[in-house]
Amino acid sequence: MSRPANPEKFSNPCIQWIDERLPIFTMLIKEYRVFPMPKNANYLWSFGGIAMTMLILMIVTGVFMAMNYDPNTHGAFESVERTMRDVNYGWLLRYAHMNGASFFFIAVYIHVFRGLYYGSYKTPRELLWIIGVIILLLMMATAFMGYALPWSQMSGWGTTVITSLFGAFPLVGDGLVTWLWGGFAVDNPTLNRFFALHFLLPFVILGVVFVHVWALHQTGSNNPTGVEPKTPKDTVPFHPYFSTKDSFALVVFLTLFLAMIFFAPLALTEADHFKQFDPMQTPDHIVPEWYFLPFYAILRSFTLDISIPFTNIILLPAKLQGVVAMFGSIILLMFLPWIDASPVKSARYRPIYRVMVFLLVIAMFALGYAGSQKPEGLPVRIGQLGTAYYFAHWIILWFISRNGFMGVIPKEQTLPVPASISDDPCCKH
Amino acid sequence: MDSNEDGATRRDFLYLTAGAMGAVAVGTAAVPIIDSMNPAADTLALATTEVDLSSVQPGQTITVVWQGKPVFIRRRSPDTIAQIRAEDWHSFRDPQSDQDRVQKGHDEWLVLVGVCTHLGCIPKGSKPMEPKGEWGGWFCPCHGSTYDQSGRIRKGPAPHNLKVPDYAFKSNTLIVIGEKPKSAPKAA
Repeated sequence: MSRPANPEKFSNPCIQWIDERLPIFTMLIKEYRVFPMPKNANYLWSFGGIAMTMLILMIVTGVFMAMNYDPNTHGAFESVERTMRDVNYGWLLRYAHMNGASFFFIAVYIHVFRGLYYGSYKTPRELLWIIGVIILLLMMATAFMGYALPWSQMSGWGTTVITSLFGAFPLVGDGLVTWLWGGFAVDNPTLNRFFALHFLLPFVILGVVFVHVWALHQTGSNNPTGVEPKTPKDTVPFHPYFSTKDSFALVVFLTLFLAMIFFAPLALTEADHFKQFDPMQTPDHIVPEWYFLPFYAILRSFTLDISIPFTNIILLPAKLQGVVAMFGSIILLMFLPWIDASPVKSARYRPIYRVMVFLLVIAMFALGYAGSQKPEGLPVRIGQLGTAYYFAHWIILWFISRNGFMGVIPKEQTLPVPASISDDPCCKH
Repeated sequence: MDSNEDGATRRDFLYLTAGAMGAVAVGTAAVPIIDSMNPAADTLALATTEVDLSSVQPGQTITVVWQGKPVFIRRRSPDTIAQIRAEDWHSFRDPQSDQDRVQKGHDEWLVLVGVCTHLGCIPKGSKPMEPKGEWGGWFCPCHGSTYDQSGRIRKGPAPHNLKVPDYAFKSNTLIVIGEKPKSAPKAA
């Protein structure tokens, strides 16, 4: 079996020598220089690279903070305060890491929105999308465990509330919670394992991101028309066109990030995060970080037990409904490529879906507000409305992309799609 | 190669057997790893706590730590006991009589795990100045669950009554929390 000869000859003999033995330079040229990008990709296509940059920034700041961290209930809180006060530039590492988590989620949520709006989950990118949802789940687990490490009131009680959720599962619930805690309450064993996993998972994420990018380079990027490139005229090489564009987007993003670190580093942090964890005293109001608020609101939107009529036997307690709905709301995304059957990818040419995506964004903001408030009165109703829309969205999408539903949900009449990217009237360059 | 009517060969059989053995091996290796995350021996060794009740006055509640969790111990007056036992408990969310939640002969002592059954917060009502809720028991500040003087859920989102831990009376004023009670003395 003979390998095809490498058409590229490097003028530098040293690079040539390496490349013949390990074709890393050939790979870089193929994937990051000549790699064809649809020429109409807009700035929303920059957020994957931005998210990747944030991941690396989180790993670097995290590893150096770990060098000053004491994963023990007696020392954790103090060691974080020491990082802030005594360690050279410790405050910078910590503020970059704390706010970095927020900006990582901002980048990823915009990246997910891009995928939803332009139909990037549709064939042939189903697997690429599913791998992305797995990355999102891993990120959420990592962020949740990281929040426990400063061992503050918010750390300890946030951990207690969320791990207690697993107690909602019938039969195995209590044993599962004890297993997660490694004891009978959130205590030292819990902190130790959260630290170990919080250190490990980012590298797992890095591995899955590599697979995500691999799958992306197999199918190529989607674009605002959702029409696949047909001729070389529809694409431009990644370098210098998108390397430049992505760098510019990254600089703007990092400028906002640095502004946050230097001028408002604690804007997103609760006061109870600066008080050491006291297992005997619950703070008045426990809230998760902002990026979990919509899902927290879904959790709390279920307030009625479902029981066998005319008896006291409860079939589905409200707590279990909430837990299933919260995890389900993200797992559901994995099935999106098969929920949506429309042959048209981009929301630009899908008048109903386009409105629905924006409604979904509004619902997420409403849920985020509801999740930040005490669960009584109006915020509960807003949360329930948001939850209702979140789940209705996928059902409606199922029907509009097929034949409608009994005259209640219409079949979507899509608009004419341009024959090729170059025929897209808005992007004639 | 040998093959039967379906076209299955010896090699197919060997592949499947080897694969199955591999799966069993991975599963077996996973058991100790997963079990290592369960409470360790030193954590289990802290499973009981001894409490001296002799200084607790009627109406007073003390909080002790058991397995890292607060345990509320309230000494209830005979009036209070009479009052809560007069209520019809069958329609409560988690129906249970007060008699089932205390030990026979020690009816004044109510012992509860002080962890809200909703999402794990610590209800208020053990200290004199804290809110006790409409039924004079406990009130959880997180989501408003309200418990009565028997620790039963009466209002709010919590699904269950406050849990009664295992505890045994060593004498009339000494209990061990975490130890199963000796079988109740037979009625005379």
